[in-house]
Amino acid sequence: MVYAISIILIGIGIYGLMTQKNLFKHLISLSIIDTAVNIFIIATGYVEGGKAPIYTKSLPNFAIGKFVDPLPQALVLTAIVIGVGTLAVGASLLVRIREKHSSIDVENMKGVEE
Amino acid sequence: MRRLYAILVGAGLVYMLFAFLGTISPYGNVNLSDRVSAHFLAKDVNSVDASKWVSGDKQIPSKMKVFGKKGFEDGSANVVTSIVVNYRSFDTLGEVTVLFASAVGVGLILGGTRRMRYGRKPNFILRVSTGILLPLIILFGVYIFVHGHLTPGGGFPGGTVIAAAVLLLYLSNEEFSLNMVVSKSLEGSMGSLYVIFGLIGLAVGGAFLFNFLPNGVVGSLFSAGVVPLVYMTIGLKVGSELSGVVAEIHEEREG
Amino acid sequence: MSALIWLAGGIMIVAAVFAVEAKKILDAVIAMSALSLVSVFLFIAMRAPDVAITEASVGAGLVTAVLLVTLFRMKGGDDK
Repeated sequence: MVYAISIILIGIGIYGLMTQKNLFKHLISLSIIDTAVNIFIIATGYVEGGKAPIYTKSLPNFAIGKFVDPLPQALVLTAIVIGVGTLAVGASLLVRIREKHSSIDVENMKGVEE
Repeated sequence: MRRLYAILVGAGLVYMLFAFLGTISPYGNVNLSDRVSAHFLAKDVNSVDASKWVSGDKQIPSKMKVFGKKGFEDGSANVVTSIVVNYRSFDTLGEVTVLFASAVGVGLILGGTRRMRYGRKPNFILRVSTGILLPLIILFGVYIFVHGHLTPGGGFPGGTVIAAAVLLLYLSNEEFSLNMVVSKSLEGSMGSLYVIFGLIGLAVGGAFLFNFLPNGVVGSLFSAGVVPLVYMTIGLKVGSELSGVVAEIHEEREG
Repeated sequence: MSALIWLAGGIMIVAAVFAVEAKKILDAVIAMSALSLVSVFLFIAMRAPDVAITEASVGAGLVTAVLLVTLFRMKGGDDK
C-alpha cells in the first residue's frame, strides 16, 4: 500500500509539471516526485515485522528476517542530501531568470521567442 | 484541454507503474536471502564467492556473531552506516562530489557580494532564543555524526543540522554573514581528507578506502576503525557545504 | 498501523494536490513542507530511522528555507 501512495504522488507530480505555467511550481513538483521516489525505494526493502538494522543487546544474533533490508536505506540517505543541492541550484536559476526576463511565468517572460 | 491531457498522461503513467508492481516482491514479503543485503547484515561479505552469485547460486551466511564481542568484519553496530561508509564508500565519495558541484553551481549562478536584508527588525523572541539554542543545535549536530556508527544518524543529517544552525543565525541577525573563506577552506580540506583516507587504505590494505584501523568491540564509541573518522569528515564537509549554499542564497549583487 | 499509514498517505496526497494547485506560491511551499514532514512518519513506520532523521532536518528545515528565501528575493513578482 505504500507502493500505491508513492505511485499516486508521482502521478500528481507529473500532472503538476504538465499543467502549471509557473516555474516555481515546477520546482515544487520535482521535489514532490523526489520524496515519492525515496518512499518507493525504502518500501522495496521493508520486511513485515522486521526491526531497524542496528545491532543491540536484545538483537544480538544475525538471523534472516529479523531486520529490514539496509541497502535501500543507505542509497536514499545520500539521495535526500543530493536533492537539497539540486533544489538549491534550481532556486538560484529561478532568481536569475526573474532578473533577466522579469517574470517566472512561462507565458509572461519578456525576451523569449515563441 | 491542457488539464485533461495532463490527467490522461499522468493516469497512464500511474497505470504503467502499477502494472510494473507485479514484477517485484510484494510489500513486506521480501526474502532477504535472495538479496546480497543478507551478507551486509551478517557482515561476512568477504566470504562471498562472487562467481557463484553471477551464476545464480544463492549463498546463505551461517556464522552467528554476537553483540559486544570482537571479530566483526566491520565494527559498526549500525548496518546502514557500515554500508554507506565502508562497503559502498566509493558511492559516498561520488555523492559528496555531486554535492560539491551543486554548491559551486549555486555560487557561480548567484555570485553576490552584499548580504541581502530582510528589511524588518527580527523578532525579540527569535533574537534571544537564538543565543540559547544555537550551542545546543550545534552540539546536537556534532553528537549525531560522532555517534553515527552506533545510533541512527551519521554525517549527512549531522551536517544538515549544522547548516540549519547557520540558517538560524541568518534569520535572527541582519548584520551576520558567514565567513566564506573559512567555510570554503573547511569544505576543501575535508574533501581532500576523505580521499587521503582512501589512499592510506590503498597503501595499507591494497584497496581504495580500506578499513585500516582495528575494529574494536562492537558498541563502544572507539570502534569500527575508520568509520567514525570518515563520518566526521563527511559531517563537517556537508555542514560547511550546505552552510555555504544558505549563505550564497542570501547574497545579492551590488546595485 | 495499517490505518495510520493510510491516514499519513491521505494527508500526503491532499498536501501534494494542494501544493500543485494552490494559487499563492507561499501556500504551495508550506504544503510541500508538510508533505516532507508527514513522509518522516512513513520512514519511521518502515523502520528506517537514519533516513527519517535526514528527511526531518532536510525537508522541514533547509528545503523550506531555501525556497522561502528565493521567494523573498523575487518579491513583487507576478504571484504576490
